[in-house]
Amino acid sequence: MRFGVVVFPGSNCEQDVVHAIEHLGFAAEYLWHGDMDLGDVDAVVLPGGFSYGDYIRCGAVARFSPIMAEVSRFAERGGPVMGICNGFQILAEAHLLPGAMLRNTGLKFICHAQPLRVEESVCHWLDLPAGIVLDVPVNHNEGNYYCDAETLARLHAGGQVVLRYCEPDGSLAVGGSAPNGALDDIAGICNERGNVFGLMPHPERVVDPVTGGTDGAAFFTTIVRRLAEVAG
Amino acid sequence: MRADLSPELAPRLAEELGLKPAEYEHVVEILDRTPTVTELYMYSLMWSEHCSYKHSRKALRMFPTEGPAVLQGPGENAGVIGVGDGWAVAFKMESHNHPSAIEPYQGAATGVGGIIRDIFTMGARPIAILDSLRFGTLDKPRQRYLFEGAVAGIGGYGNCLGVPTVGGEVYFEEAYEGNCLINAMAIGLMREEDLMRAVAAGPGNLLVLIGSTTGRDGIGGASVLASQEFDEKAEEKRPSVQVGDPFTEKLLIEACLELLSRDLLVALGDLGAAGLTSSASEMASRGGVGLEIDVTLVPQREDAMKPFEIMVSESQERMLAVVTPESLGEVQDICERWGLPATVIGQVTDTGRFVIREGDEVVGDMPAATLAHDAPIYDPAAERPAYLDELHAFDPLAEFDHPDEPEMLTSTLFDLLASPNICSRRWIWEQYDHQVMQGTVVLPGSDAAVLRIGLPGRGEVTERGIAVSSDCNGRYVYLDPYVGAQIAVAEAARNVACSGGRPAAITDCLNFGSPEKPEVFWTFREAIRGMADACRAWETPVISGNVSFYNESFGQPIYPTPTVGLVGILEDVAHHTTLAFKEAGDVIVLLGETEAELGGSEYLKVAFDTVAGAPPRVDLEHEAALREVLLAAIGEGLLRSAHDCSEGGLAVALAESCIAGGVGADVHLDLDENGDMLPPVAALFSETQGRAVVSVVEDDVNRVIEIALSHGVPYAVVGEVGGESLRIDGLVDAEVAALEGIYEDALATYVHPEETFASEELREG
Repeated sequence: MRFGVVVFPGSNCEQDVVHAIEHLGFAAEYLWHGDMDLGDVDAVVLPGGFSYGDYIRCGAVARFSPIMAEVSRFAERGGPVMGICNGFQILAEAHLLPGAMLRNTGLKFICHAQPLRVEESVCHWLDLPAGIVLDVPVNHNEGNYYCDAETLARLHAGGQVVLRYCEPDGSLAVGGSAPNGALDDIAGICNERGNVFGLMPHPERVVDPVTGGTDGAAFFTTIVRRLAEVAG
Repeated sequence: MRADLSPELAPRLAEELGLKPAEYEHVVEILDRTPTVTELYMYSLMWSEHCSYKHSRKALRMFPTEGPAVLQGPGENAGVIGVGDGWAVAFKMESHNHPSAIEPYQGAATGVGGIIRDIFTMGARPIAILDSLRFGTLDKPRQRYLFEGAVAGIGGYGNCLGVPTVGGEVYFEEAYEGNCLINAMAIGLMREEDLMRAVAAGPGNLLVLIGSTTGRDGIGGASVLASQEFDEKAEEKRPSVQVGDPFTEKLLIEACLELLSRDLLVALGDLGAAGLTSSASEMASRGGVGLEIDVTLVPQREDAMKPFEIMVSESQERMLAVVTPESLGEVQDICERWGLPATVIGQVTDTGRFVIREGDEVVGDMPAATLAHDAPIYDPAAERPAYLDELHAFDPLAEFDHPDEPEMLTSTLFDLLASPNICSRRWIWEQYDHQVMQGTVVLPGSDAAVLRIGLPGRGEVTERGIAVSSDCNGRYVYLDPYVGAQIAVAEAARNVACSGGRPAAITDCLNFGSPEKPEVFWTFREAIRGMADACRAWETPVISGNVSFYNESFGQPIYPTPTVGLVGILEDVAHHTTLAFKEAGDVIVLLGETEAELGGSEYLKVAFDTVAGAPPRVDLEHEAALREVLLAAIGEGLLRSAHDCSEGGLAVALAESCIAGGVGADVHLDLDENGDMLPPVAALFSETQGRAVVSVVEDDVNRVIEIALSHGVPYAVVGEVGGESLRIDGLVDAEVAALEGIYEDALATYVHPEETFASEELREG
């Protein structure tokens, strides 16, 4: 079981993701944006950062990197792909996930611990019971998830809403709990199949207890377990 | 040789560029002819205050700069200390005041960019940023604009780089209204053997410019902006402010560190103030070699740039490397992989001369070392400011009618917690990525940031750590530069020790008014003397730093502000401590003794709008002993929390520990039993140095007392953690939730006065 973590010019969380994976006892390698080969990795992570400086739009340039064609093919074959923060933005730009991220409603970059409620979903990267609250930091300027009403209905109906911003007790505040204005407090979604998953918060930052907590470990351990089961 | 200036015209241009007549004469003497336009520009910038330290150099010699841990002292792009197990950290603080006062976002952003380049130039990977900020009061819209812009600029740049912004400080005082201060500090990590110095060597080696193209932005930044004070023409200087591109800087970091790790560079220097001129001439003079540059080879982003413009442009995100001809191909391949141009613009020579060509024509030919090292050194007149006697004669306790009723005292505590100089800085640091790189063990908001040593994700994680803090209360320095500057070092060291770090070395950023004013210069010299004495006594050498003069507007200097950035070492990062009270039943111990020292206090300012009196005393031996007690107790795992007493005194320190822990405390100062009967305001709000509030499990109290006794540090068991309120004798009684609401919301209410906040109702209710 090997994770591949893609490095785009301007990515800056790739080493954090690799550290988190290694800390959990799994193997990871860096994949270069200019390559057209994923090697023999079993799961792909698009890390956070500012790929191409977030110029034009977050993720708008990175989606054209040569490796993204390979990532798309990998996803179509059912390969697990997780996009964190800028990685989520890239997945949205690449149409591997629906919707888009607008600028935070507060017009400011935000970086703080954030309670997230686990939803009932088909996501391959998380199988914790719905309703559990995880504490995972957010760190972004454009995390205000948006999609049209039809897509939103489809996301809810298809169990594609994976995580929602919430209050510490798991409730959703009237007027929204999202720190960035995200539609329906959506923090993370997956595709219909459940193998492609994008989220704005940074699970890799809460894996090593010395620097924060362990609430982010579940995403990595879940996919490893699932792949092991599939492999039988 | 292009002789483009007549002997009549040359001195006039020299004057316009800020060279004094005697300095111009010296240039003519060095060259033995009339200088060219290019040469005049280059000398005027290299001999500007900003680049040459011509007014400060002598005074700076007072600093202790050596110590067992020091691997690189002042004189390089950054200082470097060893932190154990072969690891080294490079750090430096630098000002970007004047650009930020004109264009806060870009000024602050490029301030971060510049100091980060200084760090990776040394071969270190940048791992942390701290920012020390000063503005006027936030009731003025212009100050809010500057403050919001600077914070956004720091975040915009640092967040994009993926280097965490972990600490810093901010004060709001009228004295900074016309001249805000933006001091950025960066810290980098490397293996000792990877230390790189910017020394050009090897005639025949190539000069390679890496990174952005060169434009007309920032021409004269160092001389036009940094070395002059502000007047009504400040707005016109906007074109001298550089514009930052953090994406390119991020690529530069990765490309340069890769080049260094493969040992492909002979030398590396960053292009900061005075651009190519300063970077190249400093590298040449350190190596005792000559250089030749053809400006037509420099990739340009604008048409028809003149040689002098290319030589002094401060376009950002550029690095100059010395490369052997054999390595050039590999260097260019790596740069291309990171999408960066790497262009040969000249070569190292053995002539000792710095020759500038435009194609075949020579437009400048100077002895290289004279640019970097032959600037005149001044010994400015110094005179003790007259205002000091008057301010020292002020007796805060005698002067005002101080509150002594519980209701008033509690209300004063609320006012202090809401003071812009004390309230929570969360509004700021939540705009900064403070966690990227997986090293931040103690987040912003505690006494010092604590970072784990290591490069996670690159196979390097250790158990060691560093604690870092930046500090300077300019009010104290204004009231007594010698003592005030010592307090800056003392507080930084206390903050680091409270977090579990043993202070190792400092960097500084000395922000003052015009050195040509005797009173300002006296203040400058006294501040350095104070810092130097403290640093010598505490064996925390000054390993890097920066002087920023001419911080004046309309003839009014700022508070003298010698900002200190201190790095301490933790042998085991698990042994760190935060300010938060942890659990009901823990015993609160005050280390150090409170005296009636309200001079220059935040209490005087908040309650009576007064800045006067003598600042608190500093006892160098006691401060060192206090730190030993803290470190010994933390090392034995005895302290549940530790927090130093600073602005707002003991009451604010207790309140902050309560707020951070979300728990109350019952405190008895037993004012009567000591027989020395401090008035309540002094007991609560006095800013006596050398104190820390610690909390301890009941069983460990005796051991902590033993440690305090063995170091001769006075202590008092003053109370117990618990409940939902902070109660101090019969003097203060406030619910922690209400204290927290005021403390946490205050800054946002000042920045956005039109919005209302829940805490206002809390306090009313």
